[in-house]
Amino acid sequence: MTEIKSATQVEIKNLFGGYDNETVLEDINLTIHENDFIGLIGPNGGGKTTLLKIILGLLPYKKGSVLVMGHPPQKGRQHIGYVPQFAIFDSDFPISVFDVVKMGRLSGKRVFQRLTNEDDAIVEEKLAWMDMLDFKNRGIRELSGGQRQRVYIARALATEPELLLLDEPTVSVDFETRTKIYELLHDINRQGVTILMVSHDLNVISSYVKTIGCLNRNLHYHGKKEITEEMLKSGYNCPVELIAHGLPHRVLAEHQEGR
Amino acid sequence: MTELLSYGFMQNALMAAVLVSLASGIIGTLVVLKRMVFISGGVAHTAYGGVGLAFYLGVNPIFGAVAFSLTASFLMGYVQRKTRQRQDTLIGVMWAIGMAIGIIFADLTPGYKADLMSYLFGSILAVTNTDLLLMLAVDILVISLVALFYKELQATAFDETFARVRNLPVDLLYVILVAMIGLSVVMLMRVVGLIMIIALLTVPAAIGAMYLKNMKHIMWLATGLSLIFTVGGLLISYYFNLSSGATIILVSGAFYLGALALHRFCQRCPE
Ligand SMILES: Nc1ncnc2c1ncn2[C@@H]1O[C@H](COP(=O)(O)OP(=O)(O)OP(=O)(O)O)[C@@H](O)[C@H]1O
Ligand SMILES: [Mg+2]
Repeated sequence: MTEIKSATQVEIKNLFGGYDNETVLEDINLTIHENDFIGLIGPNGGGKTTLLKIILGLLPYKKGSVLVMGHPPQKGRQHIGYVPQFAIFDSDFPISVFDVVKMGRLSGKRVFQRLTNEDDAIVEEKLAWMDMLDFKNRGIRELSGGQRQRVYIARALATEPELLLLDEPTVSVDFETRTKIYELLHDINRQGVTILMVSHDLNVISSYVKTIGCLNRNLHYHGKKEITEEMLKSGYNCPVELIAHGLPHRVLAEHQEGR
Repeated sequence: MTELLSYGFMQNALMAAVLVSLASGIIGTLVVLKRMVFISGGVAHTAYGGVGLAFYLGVNPIFGAVAFSLTASFLMGYVQRKTRQRQDTLIGVMWAIGMAIGIIFADLTPGYKADLMSYLFGSILAVTNTDLLLMLAVDILVISLVALFYKELQATAFDETFARVRNLPVDLLYVILVAMIGLSVVMLMRVVGLIMIIALLTVPAAIGAMYLKNMKHIMWLATGLSLIFTVGGLLISYYFNLSSGATIILVSGAFYLGALALHRFCQRCPE
């Protein structure tokens, strides 16, 4: 595969990071090029969420360097749209779907400004993309898990990001919606938005993403699409069993058994 | 009723009810949504240390209360955010220490101490013109700050991580909120007393949050409910010669239980 040289959005060099008493990431090197669509796989506890947090400037790192859009993460992150792994926050919070997505229109630079009709239009557009426009006046606490997930994706899109970080965005989403979301991400990517998506859904990874990385303390990433033998079998311990689960016929078989 | 309104103390009490309801409705909503009820209780009780100290030194207890209340809210706010473990223990300990300091200073102060009791149990009928002016000042501050930062306060209350990624001034907003809690607590202390503050701060907002899904609407409803509770409690206390702090809280409690029951019966109540 010949790579077209394009601008760099994230540049991570020799990164070591983790928590107080545990180094989770070791010697990570990763360059995210503009317009890439990276699928990131790896076992539970492999450090995927931790890596996203570091790119987002939410977690200080121990060694190495991280640049986002040429700036330190805390500055560069304003160009990132983020969909967290699960709604860690209060699921009983009284707020409407519309207002949640509208949060995507806020930023440090607009603190004293009013949001405009144009912002509302963007919010509605993203809700429509996610097929959630009909729910805009519902309370977020009145939605199902999958519907909520779609709202959070809409919120990330409402920031009009250059880079989209998605941490297992389709975990609790039904099959049909899942396909729709991936198609949509595919379109968004074609419109020029770079995407880094954590997923255990290897199927999808191989049919929608451009490159694949595998993270288990160390990052195994060559800027290519193939899941190499090396990724699976080397000391990286990337999840062979996930592939089995991800195979289409296997999924089908399970569905048939269920009937 | 008109006769009642002709009394100066009653006019002051009603004005206090309005002013206090604004603060408890607005700040109470933020306290409930950000789950800072425990901190607010801690701040209220710690403030008693300031009241005791002020009595001992012979200055206006309000100043002692404000000083202790603000210090406590910053300390507890810091503890809640920065320490990972045993936040509730640390806050609980500060809560008790503040209270103990107040009691010791009260012991050390010779003479008549009935006034100290009014800080414990509140006395809306004893609100002075100076108190009213202070309350007005706190209200103006609270309303301006919340209006100015409304969308950011809502965003950080709902999802702080996302707010941080958007580079909203999350930490500054937290400091501002904690300071507003400190000031509101002192204000509510005059009316229901520090022991019962938590109820007046949280019940109206909790009822609002049960039925509404717009923070601004919850703030307004909570303010209205708070006004009903304080005025209702005040009238009951006047006609039956009972402690106003306690009647206000019992009215709130009754409404809360009623709202809970109603909410259970109609899970999908219209707005
Ligand atoms: N807040 C935290 N404090 C301390 N350790 C943490 C914290 N969050 C995660 N860890 C640890 O860091 C390691 C990596 O966690 P991380 O959440 O990055 O994994 P992940 O690859 O996202 O896993 P999953 O597939 O389950 O989402 C785990 O061993 C976990 O125990
Ligand atoms: Mg994770």
